[in-house]
Amino acid sequence: MREQLEQIRAEASRTIAEAENSEALQEWRVRYLGKKGHLTQVLRGMGKLTAEERPILGALANDVRAALEFMLEEKGYQLKEAEKAERLTAEAIDVTLPGQVNKMGSKHPLTLVIDEIKEIFLGMGYSIAEGPEVELDYYNFEALNIPKDHPARDMQDSFYITPDILLRTHTSPVQIRAMEKLKPTVPVKIICPGRVFRRDDDATHSPMFHQVEGLLVDKEVTFGDLRGTLLTFVRQMFGPDREIRLRPSFFPFTEPSAEVDISCVICDGKGCRVCKGSGWLEILGAGMVHKKVLEYGGYDPEEVKGFAFGMGVERVAMLKYGIDDMRLLYDNDMRFLSRF
Amino acid sequence: MHVSIEWLRAYVDAGLNAEQLADKLTRAGIAVENVIYRDQGLDKVVVGYLQEVEKHPDAERLFVCKVDTGTEMYQIVTGADNVRAGQKVPVATPGAKLPNGLKIKKTKLRGIESIGMLCSAEELALDEKTISPEEREGILILSDDALIGQPIAQTLGLDAPILELELTPNRADCLAVINVAREVSAITAKPLTLPAITVEEKGQGSIEGQVQVAIEDPELCGRYAARLFTNLRLGPSPAWMQQRLQSAGMRPINNIVDITNYVMLEMGHPLHAFDYNRIAKGQIIVRRAHQGEKLITLDEQERQLNPENLVIADPEKAVALAGVMGGLETEVTDKTESILLEAAHFNPASIRRTARQVGLRSEASQRFEKGVNIATVALAMDRAAQLIEELNVADVVPGTVDVYLKPAEERVISFKVESINNLLGTQIAGTEMARFFNNLGFAVKWQTGQEELEGQVTIPTYRQDMKDEHDLAEEVARLFGYDNIATTLPKGVTTTGQRTWPQTVKEKMVQTLVGSGFREVITFSFINPRHLQKLKMTAQPEEPAVIALQNPLSEEQGILRPTMMAGLLDVAVRNASRRINDLAIFELGSTFQPRQLPLQELPIEKAKLSALMMGQEGIHWSGKPQSYDFYYLKGIIEKLLGTLKIEKVQWEAWPECPFLHPGRSARLYTEDGKERIDIGYLGEVHPDVIEAYDLSGRPVVMELDVEALTALAQAKGYYKALPKYPSTDRDMALILPINVPASKVEAIIAQKGSKLVERWQLFDVYQGNQIPEGYRSLAYSLRYQRADRTLTDEEVNKTHDDIKSALTAELGAQFR
Ligand SMILES: [Zn+2]
Repeated sequence: MREQLEQIRAEASRTIAEAENSEALQEWRVRYLGKKGHLTQVLRGMGKLTAEERPILGALANDVRAALEFMLEEKGYQLKEAEKAERLTAEAIDVTLPGQVNKMGSKHPLTLVIDEIKEIFLGMGYSIAEGPEVELDYYNFEALNIPKDHPARDMQDSFYITPDILLRTHTSPVQIRAMEKLKPTVPVKIICPGRVFRRDDDATHSPMFHQVEGLLVDKEVTFGDLRGTLLTFVRQMFGPDREIRLRPSFFPFTEPSAEVDISCVICDGKGCRVCKGSGWLEILGAGMVHKKVLEYGGYDPEEVKGFAFGMGVERVAMLKYGIDDMRLLYDNDMRFLSRF
Repeated sequence: MHVSIEWLRAYVDAGLNAEQLADKLTRAGIAVENVIYRDQGLDKVVVGYLQEVEKHPDAERLFVCKVDTGTEMYQIVTGADNVRAGQKVPVATPGAKLPNGLKIKKTKLRGIESIGMLCSAEELALDEKTISPEEREGILILSDDALIGQPIAQTLGLDAPILELELTPNRADCLAVINVAREVSAITAKPLTLPAITVEEKGQGSIEGQVQVAIEDPELCGRYAARLFTNLRLGPSPAWMQQRLQSAGMRPINNIVDITNYVMLEMGHPLHAFDYNRIAKGQIIVRRAHQGEKLITLDEQERQLNPENLVIADPEKAVALAGVMGGLETEVTDKTESILLEAAHFNPASIRRTARQVGLRSEASQRFEKGVNIATVALAMDRAAQLIEELNVADVVPGTVDVYLKPAEERVISFKVESINNLLGTQIAGTEMARFFNNLGFAVKWQTGQEELEGQVTIPTYRQDMKDEHDLAEEVARLFGYDNIATTLPKGVTTTGQRTWPQTVKEKMVQTLVGSGFREVITFSFINPRHLQKLKMTAQPEEPAVIALQNPLSEEQGILRPTMMAGLLDVAVRNASRRINDLAIFELGSTFQPRQLPLQELPIEKAKLSALMMGQEGIHWSGKPQSYDFYYLKGIIEKLLGTLKIEKVQWEAWPECPFLHPGRSARLYTEDGKERIDIGYLGEVHPDVIEAYDLSGRPVVMELDVEALTALAQAKGYYKALPKYPSTDRDMALILPINVPASKVEAIIAQKGSKLVERWQLFDVYQGNQIPEGYRSLAYSLRYQRADRTLTDEEVNKTHDDIKSALTAELGAQFR
């Protein structure tokens, strides 16, 4: 019997190596450990043993059973791992094929630029104001210190609907609307992005374009504060290395007025085609709010001061994205829009 | 305004080269757009004397010239036929590289050697508008006193760079060279020397009794001065004057016209010379034109005038359109003996309107439009008289007529050093400010006891733009240097920048569409009115009220858009023409609706979120791509509504929309009590419209009212306790006529199941086999659940049966 048990152990250990899958292993289990299996049959002969032999062989039988069960478990684990590995290999896909649909769309580049400007000024504590595209002559000109027949009306040939109603030629009327609404509270801190319209249509002008206007009215505001605010904006918008240059200029609604140049973003101020060799790019108009404009807005110019600035969004977008033809911005070609 | 450095230097020597001066001026507010060098490529072009001009032996149209340049004798073959022996001409000598890029070298023309080239005005790159038509043809013939061998740039006065000034409207004073010189002197603190004006009146008699001036409309003419000149000796003006005129872009005509133009450029006062003998009775009347009055102007055009126009007239007729253009009849010609010279101040606005009306903007009208200095009108006239006398052009008749109705008042502005510093954020001392003002020619008087703190500035008449202390502050700032002002940040209370709720909602909507694959487009707020026909909107019982522009650039931009569809369809068409037939686009913009016509007040501007889809989603290897149809876009709207947490939106068919497919269009709205809030529409574009736009796809579109969406949108969701008791799902499949909308079925489920049905879902719509023609099957899954207890089977069965019976009773539904 001892030989029988040893034989079973040896044979089982040999045959289990031949089991190639879980079915074969199952058969092996039935063959050796099943109710009619080899080991069970041998154990049935235990009754014929002597009292001395019984415990010795009993221990051996248990030993063999434990060894077989260990083998079974071990082999089972190996087979499962092998089968899993096989399945994973079989399930491999071509990871280089394109992914499934629902691609992102995109915002228009002008909107992206306006968003960026908004974020910068929101961060500086400004709110966003809006105004109508169709505007009263009063808000567009009169209240901005541009009376009828003022030569400055020449600078912006306008689209009229009636003698008193026109398409706004700049976002500046929002300054007056904002002040009217907030007076006499200070500070007034707004920016206003929006569409504006001028009778111009050529390679560098579109009859409709976008501006962002900014206004700050408070008890103490200086021209130096305007410089500082614009420098902060410019560095966030165009990079920390940018410098600004202010040149005296004229706007009827500011005094003193300035054109604001930034050091060229293309050549870093060395001079290139884009900046016409000057190293500077004109991007903003700004100034201290004119006394009359403060009065029109309902504030006492002896009590408060303010600064205002405005910029063309198209120009900023073209500089930021390297767009060389402004008309692309209104062509709405999907191939162009998909770049943003 | 073009100002030659040479002319400026006659009044002030800044000790700077053109580039340095340009930079100084630009930084001080007189923007120099450009420094123009006219002598580039002319360094080897000199004055040559034509010693011989012979026909080419072998070429009929060519001439062989012997040209003396002082140091060399060149043989040059030319094709120009205006050359004669004895003339002086520009000669490009070998090695020259002309402005047009042509390199001059030795060559042979029909067997004859040619060394160098005779040049035309064009080859010298002369400004065409500064030379006469004759000078534009053939070789440029120089005057007899040109120095042989002299570099041509020197001979023609092309060696001085020109500053191209871009003037702001407030600095129209710089349309005069002397005022630019004043500016240079102020900026560089260098002394200014202006021409001393003295007139020697050597003529016979007196102007008195020979010239009378009457101003009938003082509003339109504040000052009119005249002088009389006899024995006119018409001829060319001297070269120095011609060259200065040319440097400013003007063409020399004759001595008298040149002098008037010269004084205009020098002092900013346009002058006009009349043929005195053609002015009836020597009487000048400045008046408004009569309605329908006619005047033939210098350009030989007959002008129809009206009382808006100011004319210069004699007792019989109008002789000039004041400030804009002279009349042909009184033009100075070679027969003219005596001249009446006019210097005046006209109302800028009136000149501006008249110049626009007749479509004429001359150097003169531009200056009048911007306002000439009324105080120096007579001085400018005297300057012209001085030049007429000095250049021996005519005899100056003693005396002037000067009707000066509105004498300029001396302007005095008070200022405080502290308030200027407070505005600028500077600490500039009073003495420093006074120095700036003095350099500008402004006299400063300190208030007694307040020396260097408070004072008064007297403004010279040529600086009409100086009105108050802020203007003075700007002068201080620009002479101090804008870039020398310290950079600071506002000191006020800290504010938090924040988007308003409507702005937040807009952003969410845009994000949702972008996240769903839409590309944003931006189209013009104005559209071609023909879109209304294409969109069948004019065929409606009532044409939509639209707002037309008074002065559009073209019909294409004629009206303000009443709908966003026009722009979106245009984009679809444009892309289709580039073979892009699959697209999903949106625009966030405004439509315009008049409150009345013609407009009495601002129109209604409605913010709209509109979208168009056409074709299909991008092709994918895994299977058939989803096409962009009604349900696709409806899904997008549902997603949008979900993002904004807008519930209880109702949909209804909208067959009346003129530009949508009558069977595939819907409106969405909500009902708040009795009030209906329209949110917008969705639909497939009408086949007629697709045809009108020549599109091949079947676009679907939507237009949503942003204000309505903003009003309905919820900032956040509300948490409701999760159900504790189990739910039971029951399905039903009902067969209904096709024209019964699903919304009716759902209304009945909602009503009958209100107590027990927690939610339902349509999971199948089927037509075909086993379903009769004209019918379809709708399959719903209903979830029964209550928050307070477990439902019994009996309750569920009863409600389910109730719903079924109601569907049968009310809609004729059969169940499968
Ligand atoms: Zn550059």
